[in-house]
Amino acid sequence: MIWNEPQECMSRDNMHSLQSRRLQDMVSRVYHNVAFYRKKMQELGLEPGDIKLIDDLPKLPFTTKTDLRDNYPFGLFAVPKSEIVRVHASSGTTGKPTVVGYTRRDVDMFSEVVARSLCSAGASRHDIIQIAYGYGLFTGGLGLHYGSEKIGATVVPISGGNTAKQLQLLQDFGSTVLACTPSYALYLAESMKEAGIDPQELPLRLGIFGAEPWTEEMRKAIEEALSIKAIDIFGLSEIIGPGVSCECENQNGLHIAEDHFVPEIIDPSSLDPITKENTGELVFTTVTKEALPLLRYRTRDLTSLNYEACSCGRTTVRMHKCTGRSDDMLIIRGVNVFPSQVESVLLELRETMPHYLLIVDRVGALDTLEVQVEVDDQYFSDEMTKLEALSRKIKHAVESVLGVSVKIKLVEHKTIQRSEGKAQRIIDKRKL
Amino acid sequence: MIIKQLSVFLENESGRLTELTKILHENNINISALSIAETEQYGIMRMIVDKPDQAIAALKKEDFSVHTTDVICIVTPDSPGSLNAALTYLSEASINVAYMYGYSSCGKAPIIMKVSDPAKAVAILTEKNVSLIPASEFYK
Repeated sequence: MIWNEPQECMSRDNMHSLQSRRLQDMVSRVYHNVAFYRKKMQELGLEPGDIKLIDDLPKLPFTTKTDLRDNYPFGLFAVPKSEIVRVHASSGTTGKPTVVGYTRRDVDMFSEVVARSLCSAGASRHDIIQIAYGYGLFTGGLGLHYGSEKIGATVVPISGGNTAKQLQLLQDFGSTVLACTPSYALYLAESMKEAGIDPQELPLRLGIFGAEPWTEEMRKAIEEALSIKAIDIFGLSEIIGPGVSCECENQNGLHIAEDHFVPEIIDPSSLDPITKENTGELVFTTVTKEALPLLRYRTRDLTSLNYEACSCGRTTVRMHKCTGRSDDMLIIRGVNVFPSQVESVLLELRETMPHYLLIVDRVGALDTLEVQVEVDDQYFSDEMTKLEALSRKIKHAVESVLGVSVKIKLVEHKTIQRSEGKAQRIIDKRKL
Repeated sequence: MIIKQLSVFLENESGRLTELTKILHENNINISALSIAETEQYGIMRMIVDKPDQAIAALKKEDFSVHTTDVICIVTPDSPGSLNAALTYLSEASINVAYMYGYSSCGKAPIIMKVSDPAKAVAILTEKNVSLIPASEFYK
């Protein structure tokens, strides 16, 4: 089923005019209401009237995660705070989170794009949707929740974790749709096997998975292990949250809600737009968002776009599954992790050298993060208890900033490569 | 009576100990006593050598993390109760033992100890007639 046929199936020409109209309006709003954008546009000699068509997008300045951090927490909001009905936050590149805000209409639009995603995945009002994404500052839980209610499905807002209860409710409530991270879906499948539950005997038929990159191989593994169809949903809090794009039942590219989020592909080094069919960095302009409208936001995700018509009937552009990142952000169990966060923790502790190495691996279905920290002569103690205490202290500090559990490994002095330009800070052993 | 012990941080990897002992060999340094404390990931090798300053320089040159610690070495008779007696003197003086290592041979048991207050421990043990090995016996 198509949730919003007029918007999702319009002709390319109509989409072009709609995006152009919305962009004009948006540019005028950010120019007049956000000092940051007014200054940036003035520096480029741009006035709102210079932007008439969506093809004028490349004239506009980019926005980066650093810009959000520099204007922490509410500096880029384009409406008075009384209009903000909700905030969400995700990890920033250093200690401070990236904060995003929503007006009532933004929340409605968020629900709308998630409703479209759920319908394109094959869900309907007859489904029981078990939402095992975390609820809270993370956009996953509440995003899926509002969208699921909008399509009239029965929502089971269980949130993340508590695996035994997840299994119990899958059985007792007969949830037909599961929404969570793909790695958690695999973990649930393993736990189900251990508990002797046969997934084929459960009513569960569909999974909507996102918030971390996953491969076709992982899709096959999940589909087989849970005996379901697995659909990829994409989003990032800066743009709205989940629902920026989602696969249809063809599982061949993610349809972007491009009447709200206009995509571009750029070369991450030259920042020039490149042919959309080639792989480059995905950039979004949020043409309808009120609270936090972003011009040309650099997602750092690498992908390409496909404008061919899809047999599902939707005419919206499809993006391929993201193949990587143009920065060093890691996604571990759905949580964004930047190496720089670890560095700032180590510097603050003052008991270790800021030489570290992150080793990411996938053990069974779960991502693991090992932080190797060098022990310098200065901080080295000959007493095991003191070293163990140091290790625990680092673990606690790193975990409280990253929001994921880590294993700390103390290593010998000078075993970690020293920075000569760009130091190797990450070894990702996951097969993505 | 206070002896300078070397502690070296070692990752729990095969070959690391060999590298360490090779460096000591090449610098003609003799080990008189040693003990290793280990975890799953790393270990701390503690040792008494005949030329501590030279050993530290050689190891640091090869990027080993080396730390020196003041320890004492008592010698107790190789008989039941003799260690207990020595430790009782220390605990009565509120001196804490962080770790120790030793062995017994030919009727004597030398034991190296790291204590919370080495100077005070030396004074008390001397007063109680517990034998201590002077540092000069280890050094060349």
